[in-house]
Amino acid sequence: MAIDSQVVARVAHLARLQVDDGESEALSERLNEILGMVDQLQQADVSDVEPLAHPLEVSQPLRDDRVTEPDVRDKVLPIAPASEEGCFLVPRVIE
Amino acid sequence: MSSSLHNGWEVVIGLEVHVQLATRSKIFSGASTATGDAPNSHASLIDLGMPGTLPVVNKEAIRNAVRFGLAINADIGRRSVFERKNYFYPDLPKGYQTTQLAEPIVGAGEVVIQLEDGREKTVRIHHAHLEEDAGKSLHEDFHGQTGIDLNRAGTPLIEIVSEPDMGNAEEAVAFARKLHAIVTSLGVCDGDMSQGNMRFDVNISVRRPGEPLGTRTETKNLNSFRFMEKAIKLEVERQIDVLEDGGKIVQETRLYNGETNTARSMRTKEDANDYRYFPCPDLLPVLVSEEEIDTLRAELPELPDARQARYVEQYQLSDYDAGLLSGSIATARYFEAAAQHGGDAKLAANWVMGELAARLNSEDKDIADSPVSAEQLGQLILRLKDGTISSKIAKQVFEACWNGEGDPDAIIEAKGLKQMSDTGELEKIVDQVIADSPAQVEDYRSADDAKRKKKIGYFVGQVMKATQGKANPQQVNQLLQQKLAP
Repeated sequence: MAIDSQVVARVAHLARLQVDDGESEALSERLNEILGMVDQLQQADVSDVEPLAHPLEVSQPLRDDRVTEPDVRDKVLPIAPASEEGCFLVPRVIE
Repeated sequence: MSSSLHNGWEVVIGLEVHVQLATRSKIFSGASTATGDAPNSHASLIDLGMPGTLPVVNKEAIRNAVRFGLAINADIGRRSVFERKNYFYPDLPKGYQTTQLAEPIVGAGEVVIQLEDGREKTVRIHHAHLEEDAGKSLHEDFHGQTGIDLNRAGTPLIEIVSEPDMGNAEEAVAFARKLHAIVTSLGVCDGDMSQGNMRFDVNISVRRPGEPLGTRTETKNLNSFRFMEKAIKLEVERQIDVLEDGGKIVQETRLYNGETNTARSMRTKEDANDYRYFPCPDLLPVLVSEEEIDTLRAELPELPDARQARYVEQYQLSDYDAGLLSGSIATARYFEAAAQHGGDAKLAANWVMGELAARLNSEDKDIADSPVSAEQLGQLILRLKDGTISSKIAKQVFEACWNGEGDPDAIIEAKGLKQMSDTGELEKIVDQVIADSPAQVEDYRSADDAKRKKKIGYFVGQVMKATQGKANPQQVNQLLQQKLAP
């Protein structure tokens, strides 16, 4: 699929990135080049290759179910732009 | 799919059920999952999505998911992969939810539900996956702003996705209740609905029989069986009304308000499924070994279906009664304890499903919070069985016990509720009643046998009244028959 300014605008919106109209054309060009490379990769025969979720041949180490993390609220809340009664404050979320 | 029709429409329902796993710590961090504490006191740097932090998976969350999979005869994902579901919302600090998609930990399985008419129905489970819960947005008390509490962020969930196998609200509720019974029996979830331990998203569509599936809507975040039933009925009616008026159903997410029994559109799914999932690079595939699966399978506790069969076998209860009593682990525990203490399962079953259920229902209480303990009910049953009290008095004792007036024995003693066992004293009262009612005696004696059986009721009533219900009704009946014989 070819990427045009519309697709760039949509993806940028989904990722909450601000992309000016001026940038959009250059971006679509570069993204299309990347997709071109992906197309080239797609031509490789992988019929006898297992899908890969991670490049390392290891599995996830698991931890025991114990509470180990300290309460960091009083260090973290002051960094937030706004807080009140122990909560982070954000502009009203309306659904 | 269901064949039950609703005004000529076939209703198709599928559920997505979020089940909070009862672990001590979160799925990817060592922060506590405790609820009810100060806001953000259990929001660790990992839960907050701070740069430089890395998640590490909680072993118990994996085990709990596998336990559930085994309980529904599902394929267990020997290898499962966490992915990122990307969206922005203030209660999701990382900007993505870590979840599973293509390779979930629990594959296809099935759950059998009992319908009201006694039939069974199998609901297929598409899969169940592990994921993290989001935080909470608090819209009140922050004068026009929204407060964010991230204590819940990172609490482990399994999301159970059913196939669209339910044909009406009752089946959907039966399925939800069965899942509740399974996860609480397994101990993988506390099952406290009021705390949001289980939350239901309901996908609903309607169609004319034989036609392709209709457009579906999703009613999100229902957290009680009662609201779920009402919300489904409401949405089915709405869809049928729209279609019969020549309109079209829009695929959308709807929000149900239990207080007003209304629902409204939350968002249309124009950006549907554009979560740009990709495998989470911070987490490796999770492997579950055959040994681990075998161990967990061997350790599985008794599940609701097996418990029901045992009640029928061991206590000679009917299928229906056994189903009701085994339907929730809390009810099952209560019933078994009461039956053991009272030494009579049938009586215990009657009291748990009768008096106790009615009382709990009227005060909207959970059986686990019953003011009358299973031991106390057991004691009451003992006193009923050994003839200390009549069943009428038992209700009075139950009521006093419910109101916190003490154990049944103490109440019987304090209120002087013991059944009259002194035959001499009872005889005197019977004689008095007969002497006081010459007209009724005459009437009784001149009646035939069949009519006498009815007419004796008057005398029994008088004696019970005179003894304040403390006489044994059978004994009273016997005495009266002797003394009234012409």
